Amino acid sequence: MGSVEFAKSAAGWLQGYHPPAQGFDELRDPSGRIRRAWVPLLEQLGRQEAGGLARRRDSARRLLREHGVTYHVYGSDEGFERPWSLDLMPFCLSAEEWARLETGLIQRTRLLNAVLADVYGPQTLLREGLLPAALVHANPGFLRACHDLRPANGRFLYVHAVDLARGPDGRWCVLADRTQAPSGAGYALENRIIVSRVLPQEFRECRVARLAGFFAGLRDSLRDAARTTGTPNVVLLTPGPYNETYFEHAYLARYLGFPLVEGGDLTVRGRRVFLKTLEGLHPVDVILRRADDTFCDPLELRPDSFLGVPGLVDAARAGHVVVANALGAGLVEAPALLSFLPALSRRLLGEELLLPSAPTSWCHGPGDDAGLSIGSAGAVLKRAFGGSMEPVFFGALSVADQALWRERLRKDAVGYVVQQQVGLSMAPAWEGEVLVPRPVVLRAFVASAGEGYVVMPGGLTRFSPSLKSPVVSAQQGGGSKDTWVLTDGPVEPVTLLKPGGQVIRLDRAPADVPSRVADNLYWLGRYAERLEHQVRLLRAAVNRLGGESTHDGQAELTALVQMMVSLGQLPDRFGGEVNGVGLGEALVALVHQSQRTGNVRDMLGRLRFLTTAVRDRLSNDTWRIFQRMQVDGHLAGQRPALEEVPAVLNTLIVDLAAFSGMELENMTRGHAWRFLDIGRRIERSTGLLNFWRAALASGATTDVLAPMLEIADSVMTYRRRYFEQMHLGTVLDLLLIEETNPRSLAFQLESLQDHMDFLPVEREGVESPEQREVMGLSEALQAADISVLAGSPEELDALLVRLGAGLVRISDRLTHHYFSHAVLRAS
Amino acid sequence: MRYRITHQTHYVYDRDVSVSHHVVQLCPRDLPSQRCLTHDLCVRPEPATRTERIDYFGNRAVLVTLETAHREFEVIAGSLVEIVPRLAPAEGLTTPWEEVAARCDAPGWGDAAAAGEYRFDSPMVRRQAAIGAWAKASFPTGRPLLEAITALNTRIHREFTFDARATSVSTPVEEVFAHRRGVCQDFAHLMLAALRTLGLPARYVSGYLETLPPPGRTRLVGADASHAWVSVWCPGAGWVDFDPTNDVLAGLRHITVAWGRDFGDISPVRGVLVGSGHHSLRVSVDVEPVAGS
Repeated sequence: MGSVEFAKSAAGWLQGYHPPAQGFDELRDPSGRIRRAWVPLLEQLGRQEAGGLARRRDSARRLLREHGVTYHVYGSDEGFERPWSLDLMPFCLSAEEWARLETGLIQRTRLLNAVLADVYGPQTLLREGLLPAALVHANPGFLRACHDLRPANGRFLYVHAVDLARGPDGRWCVLADRTQAPSGAGYALENRIIVSRVLPQEFRECRVARLAGFFAGLRDSLRDAARTTGTPNVVLLTPGPYNETYFEHAYLARYLGFPLVEGGDLTVRGRRVFLKTLEGLHPVDVILRRADDTFCDPLELRPDSFLGVPGLVDAARAGHVVVANALGAGLVEAPALLSFLPALSRRLLGEELLLPSAPTSWCHGPGDDAGLSIGSAGAVLKRAFGGSMEPVFFGALSVADQALWRERLRKDAVGYVVQQQVGLSMAPAWEGEVLVPRPVVLRAFVASAGEGYVVMPGGLTRFSPSLKSPVVSAQQGGGSKDTWVLTDGPVEPVTLLKPGGQVIRLDRAPADVPSRVADNLYWLGRYAERLEHQVRLLRAAVNRLGGESTHDGQAELTALVQMMVSLGQLPDRFGGEVNGVGLGEALVALVHQSQRTGNVRDMLGRLRFLTTAVRDRLSNDTWRIFQRMQVDGHLAGQRPALEEVPAVLNTLIVDLAAFSGMELENMTRGHAWRFLDIGRRIERSTGLLNFWRAALASGATTDVLAPMLEIADSVMTYRRRYFEQMHLGTVLDLLLIEETNPRSLAFQLESLQDHMDFLPVEREGVESPEQREVMGLSEALQAADISVLAGSPEELDALLVRLGAGLVRISDRLTHHYFSHAVLRAS
Repeated sequence: MRYRITHQTHYVYDRDVSVSHHVVQLCPRDLPSQRCLTHDLCVRPEPATRTERIDYFGNRAVLVTLETAHREFEVIAGSLVEIVPRLAPAEGLTTPWEEVAARCDAPGWGDAAAAGEYRFDSPMVRRQAAIGAWAKASFPTGRPLLEAITALNTRIHREFTFDARATSVSTPVEEVFAHRRGVCQDFAHLMLAALRTLGLPARYVSGYLETLPPPGRTRLVGADASHAWVSVWCPGAGWVDFDPTNDVLAGLRHITVAWGRDFGDISPVRGVLVGSGHHSLRVSVDVEPVAGS
């Protein structure tokens, strides 16, 4: 039964699957039979009901969006981030084939580690002539400052990524090695999580090897690398949210349980590395770094780097911190090295190299190379020591360009290699309802585990967007796939516990909050609140635009518009008589127009930046709310019609409420939560004061009172107490002084006072300046006499000004005390 | 010849600097033609850590860290150095320059391969066709290496104007070449770019030069400065030092402190600060000849 269905649906999907004859077909053998590794998957897929594929694709797309999986593309119109593209057809490999690859990969990592140990140590390979001196001397990846810096246990590489391609002969070969800060393992994991969720049945039945064990091994070996007797502190160092793979840094930090830090979060004192937290300096034992080699230390490596940690090289030299991968590991990424590896393997490991590299010749000259020259058929030119140059396909160049390249090579032979283009193998990818062949490259990952290395059973498969494109890269487009390594036996559930008899190490709660994270959370609280204020203000205005408005509605709209004019949100020309049509357009612009700061779209952008910067501190559900908010509020870049605006604003208010609900119910009451909430309280107070001042400036008629209650979400309470009677005094009382109203100023100040009591102070028993400041404001508010204020706009304004200035001082003092950012400069 | 050298570097910051890290490379090297008899390095304020090491190029480096708030940072290096005459190789008898380049390209290990450390691009000096073409006029086929370099040394001195206001410590070689002005650091970088483009190993040397007062005037204390020149690898003769700023071979008045691929490898005092605001810098160098050799 199953095989009949399989035959039928597979035949349908595979109608358009015609890989070119000269390449290797991953799916079918030359006789046209489906290869063994793909049979279980195709059988399973054949069992799904009609329309299943489209549904699954939708849920995958939704999951990717909700997880916020992105890849930054430089210079793209989509700007900051591009959604990650994932094809639901996994790339399948059999257990025995994988076992062979595994052995070759581990050997390669051991070999590159040994090359690094020699070049950064005795340089015997240079003296013996096995490695040309120029390959080291001309290599910008050779960091002179790191020579003689011996890493713990002689280990340079903790993570090694290898780009593999399968040639027409069916043999795998290595296109490139990534050794300084390899990316992709997190994307592979994310692909796995999504695909296994969308194809649960297939995943189970195909007995796919699990990835968790690989990450557990890496995590343990990083901890074990620490030279400390206590609980080791491992951090993940990221260049920051602008990096192309920042998503992955945050993702891995969360998955591995290491704090995500930027260079400015770390400091070197007494040749040791510390994390700057709210409570002071906490020692760091191991740094899993995602910043490139030279950016890691402006003191000894690259003076213009603002991403690194001054003094890091020296701390590593002193043996007080383990940097993984070791600084300088980028040396062995050089394509020029490839042709020397077979001889180096024999010399350093006493083994034949198991996994060949793509045939490569260094243009500089004599070596153990493939004897390629620029004129060879299928020659690809690459920089000898890596870099951002796109590979040049020499045969495809014009005669004039070929001459130009010949001249360039003659002048700088050291700088280039010629590589034999590898005809990539083809694997099926979905295009609508049919499978089409696409060239694939597999990025495999090797990580340290115990004394040795393990390979991730899977990896990141990428394919190019068309049959012809010879280049596969995320920057170029195309897509990615989950990689399924089938197992022969039952799949062992992965346990993170070590086998019996060993001590189980308990994870300490991540109490350390880096100052930068506190800073970002504080502003996240402020912007979430600022957005809510703005949305409520806009909604109050837009709701009164309709033709059915009562007389009150018109008067209130006029008052609101006056307020918005004096807040600087609407131009002066709206100050007089309200012009319905022009006003509508102006209000829509406040939602959508991107150039103006302070409008909804701008604030959503800031929220996106801030949530991205503290991604590792937000729960998945909280993250999902923000992802949805971007979709709800951004309107896919389209300018909304006026009648759509109320719905947009309502949705945003619900999203924001969901966020504050998450914050209230789900966040541990640590410093992270406190700073988020302090930001919220300060902003809510500031917004309230600003709106009141604007209301005063526009005349403070009774017409403004109902909208003010609405913006402060206090209409119900007010009505219950005072029915429909609008008096300045009673409204002021409810919104400023009433301590039980969670929207009142008094309530915010009380919350602030509570928070201040819990923040770390320099000396026990001594109040901090910000504590005194909050107290002073509370007292001023308590001393206020509502009947006097309601009767005297001048006195009211004076109080509002005084309170507003106090809040600015509190914010400044918090910044100075807890966030004061490390500003680096070179002298 | 004996010299007492005092090199003072004084930073003043207009705001508190909370932490600063510095690398100091002010200790003259020991060489066949030079001996450093005494060396003192005084750092104010008292650093939290002070570590000494020999860097990759064999120079002494001192790393200091200041970990409490400070508004100034001062380094005073005092050295007593003895210089003996260097052997001047017979220029006309040195290896033709292309042969030297070819020897560096040959496979296998040896002096030539080791000197290769100094023939490729470094962060501040990139090989460039235009500079190579300009230099080539002094390098006709078969010309002995040192004869060609002497000619180039003279040309830099003749065709370029010494102008302390034309450049800063980070001016690229291209700009120096285009404007034909600069200071010793620029001329050294320019010469390195020229030689390396021709495939020859050449390194950057930092040090001091004894300046002579104008006739009839007394020596001004502290009026000297750091100096920089170029050292070229010559088979048989080893490293030979040329001073393009003064169109001379380095001699008894040149005191070598350190060498590297370019200024960035061995700048005398460099650092990274945590803090905001601006700084002012005062440097004074005194090279005083002393009796007793």
